[in-house]
Amino acid sequence: MKATPVSTSLGPRLHPSPGVSPPPPLLELREVHYAYPDGTLALRGVSLRLAQGEKVALVGLNGAGKSTLLLHLNGVLRSTSGAVLVEGAPVSTATLRHIRARVGLLFQDPDDQLFSPTVFDDVAFGPLHMGMAEAEVRARVSRALEQVGMSGVERRMPHHLSLGQRKRVALATVLVMDPVLLALDEPSAGLDPRARRGLIALLRALPQAMLVATHDLAMVAEVFPRVIVLHEGQVAYDGPGAPLLADTALLEQYGL
Amino acid sequence: MALASSLDPYVDRASPIHALDARVKLALTLALVLALALVPPGRWLALAAIAALLWWAVLRSAVGPGRILRRAFITAPFALAALTLTVTRPGAPLIALSLGPLALTVTDAGLVAFVAVILKTWLSVQAALLLMATSRFTEVLGALRSLGLPAMLVAMLGFAYRYLFVLVDEAERLLRARESRAAALPGRRAGGSIAWRAGVLGSMVGTLFLRAYERSERIHAAMLSRGYSGEWRSLPARPLSAGERGLLVTGAALLAAIVWLAHWR
Repeated sequence: MKATPVSTSLGPRLHPSPGVSPPPPLLELREVHYAYPDGTLALRGVSLRLAQGEKVALVGLNGAGKSTLLLHLNGVLRSTSGAVLVEGAPVSTATLRHIRARVGLLFQDPDDQLFSPTVFDDVAFGPLHMGMAEAEVRARVSRALEQVGMSGVERRMPHHLSLGQRKRVALATVLVMDPVLLALDEPSAGLDPRARRGLIALLRALPQAMLVATHDLAMVAEVFPRVIVLHEGQVAYDGPGAPLLADTALLEQYGL
Repeated sequence: MALASSLDPYVDRASPIHALDARVKLALTLALVLALALVPPGRWLALAAIAALLWWAVLRSAVGPGRILRRAFITAPFALAALTLTVTRPGAPLIALSLGPLALTVTDAGLVAFVAVILKTWLSVQAALLLMATSRFTEVLGALRSLGLPAMLVAMLGFAYRYLFVLVDEAERLLRARESRAAALPGRRAGGSIAWRAGVLGSMVGTLFLRAYERSERIHAAMLSRGYSGEWRSLPARPLSAGERGLLVTGAALLAAIVWLAHWR
């Protein structure tokens, strides 16, 4: 399939008229290719679909393109060819701001995600830049911090929190925007066992659809019914997690 | 962690000065520094009056007057630049110095100007130290914003404060990695030449810069992901209470009166 560049799409289709066609999938990637400016091919024709509320793990070796793929979901990176559609709307300059409110992207290093001098400022950043009024911003910040079990740290500096706490606050900075899709980059990396257990419980409880890049296969088995294996920029496996995790030969093949 | 607590170890104490809104403290600190600058040299009484106001606040701050006074000497070396005033101001000669071909005369007016500069610098630094010892950095940032500093500049100061600690941690990790490999075998000279060591240090600084640069790109992506589009937004500050406004006006009026008296009486 020869895909057309995203920029020539016919503008946003945010509200498809009912009854004409079945509702579009929450997320759809069509033959997404991406090359970094230095010429490295990171994604070589990735196609996948995610339904509302579906929890999917994205596994693969370092350099397989997991982080690059996640950065496409809210348009931080734009595919060289192919298309990314969120709720049927292609990621383009016109839809960018709307899509960023729908897709919550969590970076691997919470020190990248938490850039404000206090926790409150950081969690409030998204709602403020979405143009919400003060009362709503405050209500959302306390709700999001409560959701991740971090109420009461509003005035603390992110630097004074432990890694597990920073990861939780980082997740709150995303949840506060009420996204329908969470794109999380290695949320369990570097956590101690207790913090990791807390995170797993949190991920299971969240109602949102999520695409989670991870190396933590034990977490995959617990949280994610569906697994996508990314191998050298292409989808090598897309299906239920259990048979994949039981197939030693297959795991060996993808370096898992 | 260590750095963070050494930067502001006193902000968590309780005192009327700590409780005061940072906007009031910042405005009064700036007014005090301005007043000090406007007092003409030789008006010791006016300087004493300003110092009395400042020290009254210091005494009520629970930080410890000795600590503020001592820390304020940190800028003393810079104040020494004013030493040239003693020999360049015209006035009655006090001491004649001859340094080789150079003949210098210390004048009374010059000496007065020099002492005034030293005292003013010392007091100004004390005022700034008191502000920073009794206010959280973020509160001072908010106060700067309220006083009209552009939001983007305030945001940049906030980033500097946030990532200072991250950068120091990264530098510490690099140094530790170097330490743990700087081993020596018995009977052999270890460590390499000065030039070689300087090269190692240089590449560490380079590494640190590259990491900071790459981090800045990731931070920008994180900002974009949360709706940032070039315009910095923050919540509006709460209006000052009548009491706070009263204190602000009273303080500013006192300082203005001292400066006025020093000029015209």
